[in-house]
Amino acid sequence: MLCDNCGKNEAEVHLTQIVDNEMTTVHLCPSCAAEKGLDAGGGKNLPLTDFLAQMGQAAIADEEATGVEPCSYCHTTVDDFRRTGRLGCPHCYSVFESQLRAILRRIHGSTYHLGKVYVPPASEAAERSARLSGLRRKLQRAVEAEDFERAAVIRDQIRELETTADR
Amino acid sequence: MRRLDLASTPDFGLSWLDATGPDSDIVLSTRVRIARNLQGYPFSIRAKPADRAAILATVREAVDRMPPLADGVILELDTLEARGRQLLLERHLVSRELAGAGGADSPSSAALVSSLAEPVGLMINEEDHLRLQSLTSGFGPRKTWRLVDSLDEDLGSALPFAFHHEFGHLTSCPTNCGTGLRASVLIHLPGLVLTKEINKVLQGITQVGLTFRGLYGEGSEVIGNLFQVSNQTTLGKSEEDLIDHLHKIVGQVVEYERQARSVLLRDAPNVIEDKVWRAYGLLRHARSLGFDEMMNLLSGVRLGLSLKLLLGPSVFVLNRIMIFAQNAHLEEASAGTLAVGERDFQRASHVRAALAEAERAADR
Repeated sequence: MLCDNCGKNEAEVHLTQIVDNEMTTVHLCPSCAAEKGLDAGGGKNLPLTDFLAQMGQAAIADEEATGVEPCSYCHTTVDDFRRTGRLGCPHCYSVFESQLRAILRRIHGSTYHLGKVYVPPASEAAERSARLSGLRRKLQRAVEAEDFERAAVIRDQIRELETTADR
Repeated sequence: MRRLDLASTPDFGLSWLDATGPDSDIVLSTRVRIARNLQGYPFSIRAKPADRAAILATVREAVDRMPPLADGVILELDTLEARGRQLLLERHLVSRELAGAGGADSPSSAALVSSLAEPVGLMINEEDHLRLQSLTSGFGPRKTWRLVDSLDEDLGSALPFAFHHEFGHLTSCPTNCGTGLRASVLIHLPGLVLTKEINKVLQGITQVGLTFRGLYGEGSEVIGNLFQVSNQTTLGKSEEDLIDHLHKIVGQVVEYERQARSVLLRDAPNVIEDKVWRAYGLLRHARSLGFDEMMNLLSGVRLGLSLKLLLGPSVFVLNRIMIFAQNAHLEEASAGTLAVGERDFQRASHVRAALAEAERAADR
């Protein structure tokens, strides 16, 4: 579809709006959209993959990419990542750690996870304790939300887990 | 967990349409999803069919012991016909990637698990191994987050997720890592569009770390004045902070929208009333409706209901039309494929019937 404004370039920005009480959708190319001050919508409609592929290319310079070994677990290379914007496996995060840190800072403004700390169910004891803390958090939340029916169910689950631990 | 037969459960997964949530005259729905991957497997992009089958089996086994999903249903997408997958996509229950939209097949061992008791479930073998999700009516990020968080705690204590001490939960795309959390609202903003304030608001949203998209998410265009607003970043903030931020900013947008509507009603009441009734008249009587045209007319009627310029149909009826007058739903109803021109006739006929039914119900 061509741009409604210049009729030359491919339209990439689609804006539904109302002018003089007529609801219309305007299709504009990025440069005409920018002229009309619609650039906030323009770039944002690109899929994140494309966005990231661009970021990846900007963030990992050629000289930085050379000499980086592929992931030993899934064989993903820096080039694969630059091309697809996708990593191949959890291990890739260690292999490409230094390149990733720069990219993560650009995308998120940070590299540090500040959300819930996750403890995988490594052993039975670890699993039980993680489950217990999870249940206690849920209990807390249920009480806060005054959902006492749910709170009672969770409390029973906690008691049951605690008694199996004593045995 | 039992297999779901889509044909025998025509209303599957549609509780988010019921318009019972807060501010549901402006905010249609709230969605929260979190991305998780299992330790010991490559991400989907590198996973072999055997890996994907093992992931599906492992998750299934864990979920079967886990209320509320144990009593829920599972849909294996690669066993569904293209139309079945398209139906799920049109209901916003699966992503384009999982549905294999655009003529592509679903990825192998792709599945949707859904509770029937609560609006919560997960996609298996999407871009990430697991996408835990909840979709609720109206504006309720905190409540919706709690549903997903609870499922996350349960699943995470049964299955080992890939987690890094610095980067948090590891995802195939680094735009999702950390919390893996994306919270979004589907919001109807005709007032801001009509008063030409919309670009300012959207620019403001993007400046405070949120982003907006069209009706079908990533890469889709805005139709019918419906915007999907979501958090842009997932790393460096806690889940609660991300949810609270979205809650606060979208709350302001809802307020701006209400103000814009009252300005319209004050300055141009006749114009607005005429617009609303014209939209209703066209929907009620037109013999051919394109999807975009229908969505724009529904927007007018939705605005009219919110401003009490119209007394019916209910928001629920409009929400249902929005889903059931999409192509795959129309084809499902007519039990055949429809040519492009035929679809628009079928769509208009569906809309007329739905509105006539609502009028009859109001008379009773």
